[in-house]
Amino acid sequence: MRRPSSFAFILLALLGLLFVLIFAHSWQLTVTDQSRLQANRTLVTQLGLTDLALFSESRYTRHPSQADLHSALQDHPGAFDHFPTGSLISPPTHLTATHERLAGKTTSPD
Amino acid sequence: MNVWLEKQRHLIDFTLASLARRKTKNIGLLLAYAVLVFVLASLMLFTQALRSEATFVLAGSPEVILQRMVAGRHDLIPPGYIEKIGRIRGVQKQEGRLWGYYYDPVVNANYTFMARPADEVASGSIMVGATLARARGLAAGNVISFRSYSGKLFAFKVAAVLSPDSELLSADLVLLSEADFRAFFEYPAGHYTDIALSVANPQEVRKVAEKLSTTLPDSRPILREEVLRTYQSVFDWREGIMLTVLAGAILAFAILSWEKASGLSAEEKREIGILKAIGWETSDVIRMKMWEGLLISLTAFLLGFIAAYVHVFYFGAAVFEPVLKGWAVLYPRFTLVPTVDGLQIATLFFFTVFPYTAAVLVPIWRAAITDPDSVMRA
Repeated sequence: MRRPSSFAFILLALLGLLFVLIFAHSWQLTVTDQSRLQANRTLVTQLGLTDLALFSESRYTRHPSQADLHSALQDHPGAFDHFPTGSLISPPTHLTATHERLAGKTTSPD
Repeated sequence: MNVWLEKQRHLIDFTLASLARRKTKNIGLLLAYAVLVFVLASLMLFTQALRSEATFVLAGSPEVILQRMVAGRHDLIPPGYIEKIGRIRGVQKQEGRLWGYYYDPVVNANYTFMARPADEVASGSIMVGATLARARGLAAGNVISFRSYSGKLFAFKVAAVLSPDSELLSADLVLLSEADFRAFFEYPAGHYTDIALSVANPQEVRKVAEKLSTTLPDSRPILREEVLRTYQSVFDWREGIMLTVLAGAILAFAILSWEKASGLSAEEKREIGILKAIGWETSDVIRMKMWEGLLISLTAFLLGFIAAYVHVFYFGAAVFEPVLKGWAVLYPRFTLVPTVDGLQIATLFFFTVFPYTAAVLVPIWRAAITDPDSVMRA
């Protein structure tokens, strides 16, 4: 009778093999993938596209890289973000950046 | 060496037999563990694939886009602007672009209209993105009419539907001739939406942007590297948001596995007591439990990761689709090119397999060093 460890080894070996194959598969792009990527880059160059068409509900989510800095407040100053996608797009870096720590570094007293 | 290996094999045999005695509980744990790895790995693979795809395709976008700002808002480029740019050294080519948004009340969707030269799209005809064509039931040769913002009705013949392979970029795109674009949106003659610039020397892009800001103070140059950076941060942020949403599930699993791994049942304690009483050493008991933790966590990790790969690259990440869709009516169908980041997978492995294996050891060590008699009586 086969030992339980043999079953475990066979199962793990199979899963391990699939895992290695996944890495091999992702490193070796297929001809179809390569030609599709290249065709898309050509389309971007030809049409001068700047953004992915993932969220088309508003102008600042359709073209996040082209939106003006106030577009999320388009209805009135301080307006709440209207679209849920707004929560999936990061705020400008200056809002989340921390200030330089100057404690003990300044020549004049605090 | 062979003796050592044979000993480990016997320990594994014993561990598996012991696990089989509590089959339902252990299979449940294995499944919950695999599902957690599946969700986390899906998220990582999906955002990584989107990030690398965006980086690759958008590397072909214009080096600089110049917008004009009026009161903090994007405004039209007036005549004479393009000529002023022509005098800036380093600018190889400048081209006024015409594009805008159109809301289609028929399907409640927004489209991006973009003007193309007459040799690409003839007057009176349009080329549409595959997602839009699907939403409106269009095919090449069909005629579609749009009511412009001024109330006039315009009929266009669909000359072609853009390749479905490019849906990620062209889902909502409508390409039409410049004359049609100007007539449809009643665009003033000589005005453009923005200007695309190409710079001969990539090292000079920043310098050119600086010169543009000085020459045209009301303008806002957007560099290609900023576009690419926007997408990097968009996907980093989104991954973070999803992880925050999943934090509850991750914590729940952490509690479950800690409870399972660290709190020994009376049955398990008795088992250890018996093993010690019949002559097992403390190190053998610990090794046996280490194998248990490793076998469960490794199997769950591999199962979860393989399932996540199939889910993201063969089933279009169906679990995340509703979150990504947002309020958009037009959502592209796309297959991502498989990309696996070794470091990310190593991190996932470390944070899922290692803690469980380690959590198993502490209580076992505590039980294994106590007197077998008192462990069995407890």
